[in-house]
Amino acid sequence: MKTLGLIVNPVAGMGGTVGLKGTDGPEILRRAEQLGALPQAEKRTEQALAGLVPHSDGFALLTFSGVMGEAPAAACGLKPQVIGSGSSPRTTPEDTARAARQMADRGIDLLLFAGGDGTARDICGAIGTSVTVLGIPAGVKIHSAVFASSPAAAGQVAASFLTGEIARVKEAEVMDINEEDYRRDILSARLYGYLKIPDARRLLQSLKAASAPDERTIQRAIAAGLVERMTDDRCYIVGPGTTCRPLMEMLGLDNSLLGVDMIRAGRQIGKDMSEREILEKTANTTCSLILTPVGGQGFLLGRGNQQISPEVIRRVGKENIIVIATPEKLNSQSGRPLLVDTGDVATDSYLCGYYRVVTGYREAAVYRVSCCA
Amino acid sequence: MEIQPGSRLRNFHQAKWDEEVIFELSTPGQRGLHIPEVETEISDLVGDGLSSIPAGMRRATAPGLPEVGQMRVLKHYLRLSQQNLGADLNVDIGQGTCTMKYNPKINEKIAASSKAQDIHPHQDESTVQGALRVMYELDLFLREISGLDRFSLQPSSGSQAILTMAAIMHEYHQVRGQADSRDELITTIFSHPSDAAAAAVKGYRIITLYPDEQGMPDVEALKAAVSNRTAGLFITNPEDIGIFNPRIAEFTRIVHEAGGICGYDQANANGILGITRAREADFDLCFFNLHKTFGAPHGCGGPAAGALGATRELAEYLPVPVVSYDGSKYFLDYDVPHTIGKVRSFYGAFPVMLKSYAWILSMGAEGLKEAARIAVLNNNYLLKKITEIAGATSPYTGGKRRIEQVRYSWEELYNETGIDTHDVTRRMADFGFHLWQSHHPFVVPQPFTIEPTESYSKEELDEYLDGLRHVVEEARTEPQTVKSAPHNSVVHRIAESSLDDPEKWAVTWRAFLKKHGKAAAKIRS
Repeated sequence: MKTLGLIVNPVAGMGGTVGLKGTDGPEILRRAEQLGALPQAEKRTEQALAGLVPHSDGFALLTFSGVMGEAPAAACGLKPQVIGSGSSPRTTPEDTARAARQMADRGIDLLLFAGGDGTARDICGAIGTSVTVLGIPAGVKIHSAVFASSPAAAGQVAASFLTGEIARVKEAEVMDINEEDYRRDILSARLYGYLKIPDARRLLQSLKAASAPDERTIQRAIAAGLVERMTDDRCYIVGPGTTCRPLMEMLGLDNSLLGVDMIRAGRQIGKDMSEREILEKTANTTCSLILTPVGGQGFLLGRGNQQISPEVIRRVGKENIIVIATPEKLNSQSGRPLLVDTGDVATDSYLCGYYRVVTGYREAAVYRVSCCA
Repeated sequence: MEIQPGSRLRNFHQAKWDEEVIFELSTPGQRGLHIPEVETEISDLVGDGLSSIPAGMRRATAPGLPEVGQMRVLKHYLRLSQQNLGADLNVDIGQGTCTMKYNPKINEKIAASSKAQDIHPHQDESTVQGALRVMYELDLFLREISGLDRFSLQPSSGSQAILTMAAIMHEYHQVRGQADSRDELITTIFSHPSDAAAAAVKGYRIITLYPDEQGMPDVEALKAAVSNRTAGLFITNPEDIGIFNPRIAEFTRIVHEAGGICGYDQANANGILGITRAREADFDLCFFNLHKTFGAPHGCGGPAAGALGATRELAEYLPVPVVSYDGSKYFLDYDVPHTIGKVRSFYGAFPVMLKSYAWILSMGAEGLKEAARIAVLNNNYLLKKITEIAGATSPYTGGKRRIEQVRYSWEELYNETGIDTHDVTRRMADFGFHLWQSHHPFVVPQPFTIEPTESYSKEELDEYLDGLRHVVEEARTEPQTVKSAPHNSVVHRIAESSLDDPEKWAVTWRAFLKKHGKAAAKIRS
């Protein structure tokens, strides 16, 4: 018998319906209510749970009381075990975090949550990658890669994971933007961390084509190709992201998943560096900058790697930027260009154009990088 | 969901035998045939037959072949055949990019006749003039169809033809002293993946172009990709999504100006026979899969034929022998100045050539063109009907027509119902249909690729459409039926998790034992 946890952020999505671009914080929520916003998350949770109903004999459901999970579950005919309750009259981010921790402590197999980037961030802060989770998209901001593409899709992916049909998990980015800036039309998202989600990529044996290797294997292949071409006479600035991690592992070096590291002649000369440290260490030396796009939007610069400032970029030079990405990541762009948003218009337009994106061992794609605007 | 009245869908149930792998049937000592001891009169004369072979060429242990009685072997393969589907059984239009057209049975008879079967590659040329004439004239036909100047019939698959193109390209640059510096091969994401894979086998670094917003290969990306490291461009047109690139001549011009070679992957030329040619698009090399476009069956991994054409300049690099005619006789011609040597024993798979030769003759020039036009018509009939199904879309078209196939998307259906393209595929199997998605990793979300060819009647296309409509209806009304499909197939579900794991996948028995251990196999002691 598997155990499924369910957390609903009942206010998620409300700000969006009345043009508020988010629902973070009590003040905005009040404004949303004044503007006549109606709850979204409960209905979307029900749409997701519908896909789990046929499998309800196979899992136990844990949730919080009322709108935090109990209500939508009951509406679908499920009988959840209620293990706690949120604040009254309004639930808070702390309720989400507390629920996630309680469920993790009980050893659940999957945590299904309904919300947006803010909710994902709360869960990430509470339990990290200790439990496999999946997001039902219900919030205004969905920049994180931890959400299914629709509530119905979330339900089916969750069912496939609980029945064992999907056996693998992968790390996915949790992104969040500053809502205040967003309301002023400034995007300042950052890479907040990673959550572990079911790897819904399915293969279905095909006579005509052998399957491509899995994501990790390709990341290692990318790293092997990079290591082969590294030279001792320059330093390498390694940006954040899971695609960069195997490179550091292959060199036997410590990796800061969310930070910027630096290598020279196979040795680590900087870890989780600030802009200032990067500038100090790169003075009077030739550098290469290894970057991978982060998040669902495909940002190469300006999201989660602001340490790599316009000044750093100018010093390194466009021709020394090495972009790496697995083909799957690139394909998930659905043809949209990769983006840069360094905060400096001149640097952004300097960076625009076509890049060779290393996609495997001795393999690259030519892909367009565009400014945010 | 019950099949609705008026639907052309048929109830189907596949045979299931739970048949072992043949290695698992092996029992030590069992034989299909007991060969009698050699009489002493013979062995006194020729010895034991083994000691005359040099010691270094003799194997120390017998090969690990399965030991199985004849009747059991017969049952084994008949059972497997019943667990199979194929173009002669089902409406096989869901195997997009494969060109599953009808392979006329009379051509099988011709290829199976003793005139074709009882000749040997080592026979004197004077005794096989007919076979050589078939090869020579097939070359002439293909020259006419492509506009190129000479063909080699030696490569015995599409991928081998691509590898041969890569070898020719390498030798071409070698002659110019640039083989080492020109180490990059450019292709596109919607070209067949073998264009990248086979070139990588030859040692090239692979540069892949992504499409522009209209789904066309991005010409600006090509300009950014070419340099003095460019060895060449291998490209499909129309690409696997069924869109023809009208700017293809610009692509070849850009690559030629950079000093590269242009190879045209025409494995599937089924929509453009008699309509466009490699010559006019200024390609240096091209190849046709005779087992796709030219009426010969797919060989389930071979043997097949990837007939490879070259311009006059690059014909000097073709594999040997080619077949020539001196006005009175046909002969195997080894006089190819820069030949890359051989890519297969002798001259390729003759029976496949013979079938295609017969097919081309029976169709005639007008017939080839008509086949292409009907294939395109069938495809655009399906395009219209499929995009009328709510939940199915055809990304990139923008209302425009396609050539011979379309890569569709179930993304809308997935977001609405949670039923993905794999689920639809599995449910279609319950009605005797195959539905293929796309090469991995997916570029079009929730993809499926359909290529009707010219062979299927409107009634059969409608039967297939009824299948799609039925499954989509079920996705909305009883998704669990779709989700838990297939219900009528040999294997309910396979464990997919190891299919993309190089540590676990095994395409041979030996690899399986090595990676999973003997305990995983049901071996008889």
